[in-house]
Amino acid sequence: MAELFPLPPLPTFAQVVFMGIALLTVVGSLIVVLSRNLFHSALGLIAAFFGAAGVYFIAEAEFVGVSQVLVYVGAISTLIAFAIMLTRGMMFGVTSPRNRQSGTAAIITALTFVVLTALMNATPWPQAGEPITDGEAVIARIGSMFVNEYVVAFILLALLLLVSLAGSIVLARDRK
Amino acid sequence: MVPLSWYLILAAFVFSSGLFAALGRRNAIAVLMGIELMLNAANINLVAFWRYGVAPMENVDGQVFALFVIAVAAAEVAVGLALIISIYRNRKTVNLDELDLLQG
Repeated sequence: MAELFPLPPLPTFAQVVFMGIALLTVVGSLIVVLSRNLFHSALGLIAAFFGAAGVYFIAEAEFVGVSQVLVYVGAISTLIAFAIMLTRGMMFGVTSPRNRQSGTAAIITALTFVVLTALMNATPWPQAGEPITDGEAVIARIGSMFVNEYVVAFILLALLLLVSLAGSIVLARDRK
Repeated sequence: MVPLSWYLILAAFVFSSGLFAALGRRNAIAVLMGIELMLNAANINLVAFWRYGVAPMENVDGQVFALFVIAVAAAEVAVGLALIISIYRNRKTVNLDELDLLQG
């Protein structure tokens, strides 16, 4: 542990909070991956989403954090819960939650994590970012970027959302 | 302040578990959850690199990209779950190893 994370002698308050939130995220994503019951997986996913939102708040990206809670925790988790209930026959009585290639998948995944962590440890990263003095100015800047630099992507995104929501209604409709 | 590498290691772990869910789970909804985890890991990295980049008050591109990713993920999960429900209605299963209609 000490070689992976070069801890200062006494972690600051923000670091302790970050560790707690990171623990919530890690446990949530482990439940998503390992749980046999699909509904427990969905609950773990909600925990992981909340943890990611907390990480955004610690990084002083409040707007992204609020959007994360609204969109992921509010909308996507509800959608997934509904989909689990509508395909309820799959919730119980499954022999194994993993498929035949899960052993290979576990090896590949572990290798990915080890390689990524080793690369991160080999790279010198900044220990502290520049201070943010005015949080509201950052949010105002995000808004002005949406309607200036990224206006084409913004309009295309609105179109994509419209098409995908209409398309999902057509797909899931009962044709009888 | 929290070092940047902590964010990156957390994101690497979330990405890896999402990758395992996408590759190794049998249920299609679990695979979709894994994809959501991977998108979240990418978002954590985007926000962390924005925070530790040059002039975070001016260059908010990282946050803008993260918001785009959130919106695209919402569209993707809506279509994906509609497809899963449609498949379940036709085949009475969402186990991916039983959905081999295209296998020759």
